[in-house]
Amino acid sequence: MWSRIKLSKLSYLALALLIGGLIFIVCSPKKDTMGTDDAASKVFVPPGSYDDFYAFLSGGFSGQVSVYGLPSGRLLKVIPVFAVNPENGWGYTEETKPMLTSVHGFIPWDDSHHPELSMTDGVPDGRWLFINANNTPRIARINLGTFRTDEILEIPNSGGSHASPFTTINTEYVVSATRFSVPIPDKDVPIASYKENFRGTVTFIKVDPKEGDMNIAFQILVPGYNFDLSHAGKGPSNGWFFFSCYNTEQAHTLLEVNASQNDKDFIMAVNWKKAEEYIAQGKFKEWASEYQRNRWDERTQTTIVEKLNKVKMLDPKECPDMLYLMPCPKSPHGADVDPSGEYIAGGGKLAGMVPVFSFSKMIKAIEEKAFDGDRDGIPVLKYDAVLAGEVQESGLGPLHTEFDDKGYGYTSHFITSEIVKWKIGTWEVVDRAPTYYSVGHLMIPGGDSKKPWGKYLLAMNKITKDRYLPTGPELTQSAQLFDISGDKMKMLSDFPTIGEPHYAQGIPAELVRKREVKFFDINKNEHKYVTKGPREAKVVRTGKEVHVWMTASRSHFTPDNIEGFKVGDVVYFHVTNIEQDWDVPHGFAIKGTQNSELLIMPGETCTMKWEPKKAGIYPFYCTDFCSALHQEMQGYARVSEANSNVPISFNKD
Amino acid sequence: MKKKSKIIIASASMMLVVLYFFPMWIIDLDAPQYPEGIGLHIWINKISGQKPNDLNTINGLNHYIGMKIITPEDIPELKLMPYIVAFLIFTGLIVAFAGKRFLLNTWVIIFFLVLAAGLFDFYMWEYDYGHNLDPHAAIKVPGMTYQPPLIGTKQLLNMKTTSLPHIGAIVAGISFMLGVFVMTVEARHSRKNKEPEHVKQA
Repeated sequence: MWSRIKLSKLSYLALALLIGGLIFIVCSPKKDTMGTDDAASKVFVPPGSYDDFYAFLSGGFSGQVSVYGLPSGRLLKVIPVFAVNPENGWGYTEETKPMLTSVHGFIPWDDSHHPELSMTDGVPDGRWLFINANNTPRIARINLGTFRTDEILEIPNSGGSHASPFTTINTEYVVSATRFSVPIPDKDVPIASYKENFRGTVTFIKVDPKEGDMNIAFQILVPGYNFDLSHAGKGPSNGWFFFSCYNTEQAHTLLEVNASQNDKDFIMAVNWKKAEEYIAQGKFKEWASEYQRNRWDERTQTTIVEKLNKVKMLDPKECPDMLYLMPCPKSPHGADVDPSGEYIAGGGKLAGMVPVFSFSKMIKAIEEKAFDGDRDGIPVLKYDAVLAGEVQESGLGPLHTEFDDKGYGYTSHFITSEIVKWKIGTWEVVDRAPTYYSVGHLMIPGGDSKKPWGKYLLAMNKITKDRYLPTGPELTQSAQLFDISGDKMKMLSDFPTIGEPHYAQGIPAELVRKREVKFFDINKNEHKYVTKGPREAKVVRTGKEVHVWMTASRSHFTPDNIEGFKVGDVVYFHVTNIEQDWDVPHGFAIKGTQNSELLIMPGETCTMKWEPKKAGIYPFYCTDFCSALHQEMQGYARVSEANSNVPISFNKD
Repeated sequence: MKKKSKIIIASASMMLVVLYFFPMWIIDLDAPQYPEGIGLHIWINKISGQKPNDLNTINGLNHYIGMKIITPEDIPELKLMPYIVAFLIFTGLIVAFAGKRFLLNTWVIIFFLVLAAGLFDFYMWEYDYGHNLDPHAAIKVPGMTYQPPLIGTKQLLNMKTTSLPHIGAIVAGISFMLGVFVMTVEARHSRKNKEPEHVKQA
């Protein structure tokens, strides 16, 4: 009896504890996952007010760049870069189609990874944004006056551009290094001959300081590793570039295992001033290499395509003292230089700590020849001789580090899904904050430059699972904003992103705003088919080709009735928006178009190619709600049978 | 005329040179769609937008309500006015040099007539643009006309229209007031001095 009672009391107690515990778990606020109490006021930007920062996030597999305002996290624009964008005709209009061509023909999609702002004296200057295409290796330059892609340069002798497009402190060079080593020059060989035939390249692209035009200055032939990320030196380390690389095992199959065998891979240091000297001395070989440069010509509003066929190649075997390898634990990702230029943080994605290298120790090690042998003739520096310190037990899977202006580094940890803040010099962890979930890159405005604006940190997460209302199997990626102005990081908000942002850049808004272009001056429009006023509108047939010179202004097209098209014609609608007013684009679409619409900014001319397949009447109309009479902004095209003799006719105002 | 009066009249004449460098009148249009502002400047010889393309944009907007296109080249007053101002400056200087009260009075009266005619003409121009509307206009509001006020603010559909004198007109006004002031001072002075002058002559 006694034992039975006691037992039941015990079980009551256990039951009570269990229920109590459950209630506690269910009801306790998810404090960590909800941000801090005053967060709302910190990210609130009142209607009509502006954000403090522009944030440029890569679109990853969307191929584009998204522009957000910080701290609000409001999406301001998606800039089409490497993927077609029917929304504004990018890659569909006759003017922009050539921007997406390459030696492989027309490429409608790519994978955009790392945006990088142009810099002056090591500080982002708000002129251009560079971004790489990982799949078909190219580098694009975006004009931050127009928020348009002004240039796309193809990278030859490359099997994927990943360690790109990082820039030197005065934007002298933008670099691109190969992710997938391939035979260089490419050739038909057995894949198993990887070690013998496969190599990588590092490409140095010269940037015109005034116009921004990109030209390949030279390439360096490097061992067949996978090059991952990079950053240029600054301050004392200006003149050097640092590239992380993995697969130093040179595996060609099942890389997840076979490329994870070495205890240490490398951060490759490139002395680019030395490389310049070798180029000047003529120590390069001219390699036949086909590639293409597509440049937007503001004057004629068309793409100028140049087909190029050679590059200057430097072989490290003939150019000593140009490359050095610093051992870095376990498949490093980031190679991030601190604001002073003395420290280079590696991010061994399979490691449990962050190694930080010292530039001055590296120079000393080179002088003292503290080498651990070589790889393909490139000296390997002794790990201890170049190491400044290790951030111990930082977490698992350190990927990428940015810096604030108070002497701290912030490293994203993918596996433990957290951001770890550590002190430069003592290498001790001072704070850690969870992310939801699996952060890849992070970004502090100016956090990879000489002058970080250390107020906010943006984490870019790969997994969002339970963070938002579900949207079926395909979920958004996310960005999470932290306040890093105090000792402790405080999460302020998270917001969905487009595509998969790999990296981002941030810059105070005023540095970009001062370049703002409101519309294009119609008097400077030298498009071959510009129509500067309704009186100049016309329709001209040349054989089966018909050109339409058309104007658009609120709220009509001129001409708006056109007859005399025939089945089998190739029609080009050259529509000029003759408005000279801010925020008055006009759209143009015609029934049955196998293209996208046109979205024409004031002062601009855009061209749609149209091939009518059947006789009949085809309405066309303005697609952008331009004015009170937007719905009336329409017209008709009459298409007759191929053998008909309806002459070309059209009306004018 | 006293020396001081001569200096003031010479200055009043020279002040009018400002009219060649600054607008006379400003018309501001305030609408939700134009947070950055839009409007016109009226000069002695031209009508221009406050910003480079404002005139074109205003013409574009005005076509909806059937207002005529403002083409400054077709407005004869704008060709004439620079000469009228030059005439006022030139004759003002003559008045200052000659120092005759009769000439001074005549100059001030001419000045007055020019100002009155100018304002009247401007009013009529505004009336014409605001009332003579294209009967086929897209937007027709019964009873609605679009004459901007000469001075002041008026709501014209979505546009709050404010019309005010600008530097040119203000300076012209000051110049005229100086003329009137000197004319009065001289008149009083002449009355006061009539007796002694008479005595002296005798």
